[in-house]
Amino acid sequence: MLAAILLGFLFAIFLVFAGKFFRGKLAVLSALVPGGLFAYFASFIPQISSGDIIHKTYQWVPAFGVDLSFKLDGLSLLFTLMITGIGFLVFAYTASYLKGHKYLDRFYGYLSLFMAAMLGLVLSDNLISLFVFWELTSISSFFLIGFNNTNPASRKSALTALGITGFGGFFLLAGALLLGSITGTYSISEMLSIKDTIAGSEYYILAVIFIFVAAFTKSAQFPFHFWLPGAMKAPTPVSTYLHSATMVKAGIYLLMRFTPVLGDSQFWNTTLIIVGGITMVYSAIHALFRTDLKGVLAYSTISALGILVFLIGLGTKSAFLAAAVFIIVHALYKATLFLVTGIIDHQTGTRDVTKLSGLRKIMMPVAIAGILAAISSAGIPPSVGFLGKELTYEASSHAETFTIIIVIAIVLTKILLLWAGFVAGIKPFVGKLPEAHKEVKAPDFLMWGPAIILAVLGIVFGIFPMLIESALVKPVVSSLGADASEYHLALWHGFNTVLLLSGITIAVGILLYFFLKPSVKLENRIGKLEFISPKSLTEKGTHYFSVFSAFWTNVFQNGYLRNYVTTIVLFLVVLVGYVMFGNPTVLIDYRQLSEVTAYELAVVIILIAGVFYTVFTKSRLAAVAAMGVVGLAICLIFVFYSAPDLAMTQFSIDTLTVILFVLVLYRLPKYLTLSDYKMRIRDGVLSVALGTVICLLALQVLAEPTNSEIGDFYAKNAYILAHGKNVVNVILVDFRGTDTLMEIAVLSISAIGVFGLLKLRLKSTDRSQ
Amino acid sequence: MKTLILKTASNYLLPLLLVFSVFILLRGHYLPGGGFVGGLIAAIAFVLHAFANGLDNTKGLLRFHPGFLMPVGLGLAFVSGLAPVIGLDDPFMTGLWFPEPFPVIGNVGSALFFDIGVYLVVIGVTLTIIFTISESA
Repeated sequence: MLAAILLGFLFAIFLVFAGKFFRGKLAVLSALVPGGLFAYFASFIPQISSGDIIHKTYQWVPAFGVDLSFKLDGLSLLFTLMITGIGFLVFAYTASYLKGHKYLDRFYGYLSLFMAAMLGLVLSDNLISLFVFWELTSISSFFLIGFNNTNPASRKSALTALGITGFGGFFLLAGALLLGSITGTYSISEMLSIKDTIAGSEYYILAVIFIFVAAFTKSAQFPFHFWLPGAMKAPTPVSTYLHSATMVKAGIYLLMRFTPVLGDSQFWNTTLIIVGGITMVYSAIHALFRTDLKGVLAYSTISALGILVFLIGLGTKSAFLAAAVFIIVHALYKATLFLVTGIIDHQTGTRDVTKLSGLRKIMMPVAIAGILAAISSAGIPPSVGFLGKELTYEASSHAETFTIIIVIAIVLTKILLLWAGFVAGIKPFVGKLPEAHKEVKAPDFLMWGPAIILAVLGIVFGIFPMLIESALVKPVVSSLGADASEYHLALWHGFNTVLLLSGITIAVGILLYFFLKPSVKLENRIGKLEFISPKSLTEKGTHYFSVFSAFWTNVFQNGYLRNYVTTIVLFLVVLVGYVMFGNPTVLIDYRQLSEVTAYELAVVIILIAGVFYTVFTKSRLAAVAAMGVVGLAICLIFVFYSAPDLAMTQFSIDTLTVILFVLVLYRLPKYLTLSDYKMRIRDGVLSVALGTVICLLALQVLAEPTNSEIGDFYAKNAYILAHGKNVVNVILVDFRGTDTLMEIAVLSISAIGVFGLLKLRLKSTDRSQ
Repeated sequence: MKTLILKTASNYLLPLLLVFSVFILLRGHYLPGGGFVGGLIAAIAFVLHAFANGLDNTKGLLRFHPGFLMPVGLGLAFVSGLAPVIGLDDPFMTGLWFPEPFPVIGNVGSALFFDIGVYLVVIGVTLTIIFTISESA
């Protein structure tokens, strides 16, 4: 299973080297990767539907309880099949959609990176590895949204999406760590077995909020929804794959995964119902005001995600069933509509729905796909969408409180979604073909094939619901912790309220479609309210934040080394001085001090003379040399007090420092302007203050009883464990070797920094750009 | 600073100091010394040579840019830490030792290779910084 997840990563790396072979005609072969994975995961269907759960664990960081442990149950299986199945079709579609694109191989690289990350996400049983994969999907989504990186709007949308989902990622990490500290494990399966501990914990609400924010940002719930319409700047295969079928459902997945663990409280259910409800109605209304086909689809996707959150919030068995079916329904019809939109855009060059009509005459297969998808989206029998809608209504009409409001909200949403589906799937194909599009060419099979496969599946699953019933739907419900064995999916449930609601939805929706056409006028009307939308508020917030941070940076990072040093010293003096002023416990026990020898005295005198010479000399080089004298005097003191290692190192460092200074200062002119009187007094006061504070600090440290436990351990075990007699060195290379490794890495980075600053200076022509 | 005395002396001092730096590196596990100090001493040796003979001569002597010592040293240190993970399935940075001491060098273990890595990184870093600054000053 690890290999299956890694395959996408490996393929992405492979493309870095072999990319140029995949740019041309061979591009379609890359669809074999998701295709093969789909077959692999599909082979688990019989095992999963019989109730098995497959576990695979690979140790990763065992010391922190972070494992690569994978779990394949009904929920994961549904998602893996969606990821690989739709992935297969999208990969094939892309070969034609971006045919001849200069960076087609790179696009495939990002796509397969995303696919692998997404597979890892839905298969992880460990929260930390889930978080890692979660972030990887955000990052690959960033690259895919910004794929047309010469377009500033693309880049901005990519950043917005990364900002919002990355923000959510932090909350997921916080939630994971919090749950980890409550339960003592990061394994979701183990958390499930001690869910009472979590529910009883005082941090329960906080943990739930963290998980919610993560899920809501990823699944574009109100008020974090606005990144998704922006993400439509991506090439259409990306919108199809990431922003309708898979990635945005990662939040839904997270909520479903945690339903059995956390979902047993009023807080959980109410919040989800409210947030999901607001999202589904709000964005379904928004869809009415769009003329860009992808805009319509983006808002209807957000609305559909809202429905899913809402269903999870209802928390009943029938709601879970409805959610499971609706995920399949939505993936099938929304992916189809996106693919269809992509074809229209690719062939006609426009996505403006007011300018599109009559295209059936040119691209019949695409029209069939679009119309079938619209039917499924509208929930007209015999599509699988009808099943999904019936179940949704069934679940909503049995809500415990506010039933009327909930039913009205869901019916309203469904009516508006029907409108959106018709506008995207039917409107472009019916009516008269405008003059401008007479010359449009028909798309090739690789483009309409995937669309029609998905559209037809939407009808087939509706007529034969047993195809998905025990294979996909019921295992999902049982992994949500409910038993669904007595339910049977069927098109016909008899005359009842639900059927009545369905009838109303379809009738009103179709009427709405005939009376309300998308128009620029409507779009402008909603544009006037833009200034209070979460998007503009967030943008305003980030604007002021960047203004503030620019101000802050200009004050503190002003490029003058002397100001940096002054700030640091002042801060240190004030902070340490304040703490010590509170509890003055400086005691000097003169009897404890060893006797001062003549050579110690001599060294100290040299040291003091060096300091004064440094301060008062008028030549830079002399000051540096005097500083060297001070350094060497300190080295000698180290030698007297038996720290030869320290002395040796300090000695070499001092030598090199003086050399460095000389190298830099040698070429500079003599002091031309000395700092003025006031500044020198200020610096002098500051230096003396720092010296005093450090001196007092050292005395205070001496007054504290020393804890030599750690030192004793190292001294005792240096030879036994590490075969060394020099304890200092043993600590450096063995006991705390990893620290040293990091330190030499930092050293190298600083050397590269110096090299980069001095050698790789921009030429004056580059700088102006 | 092209004095004949320093120039002549530096030709003898360079190998002497380098040998000394290796000596300091090797004795580090038992007596004061180690990779860090050893590396600094070796760097000082090259800097001294550069002062006496000019930077270009020293660079010619080195044949490659000292910056390349950084990845080599980092890699060596990392591999010495990784060896127990790959070879024996022990945790990262577990010390491995040959049972018998080698002549002249003494006990050899993964910590020694780690220290050699530190030594190389320190030479690389110091010389890169100093050479770069002196070239552009």
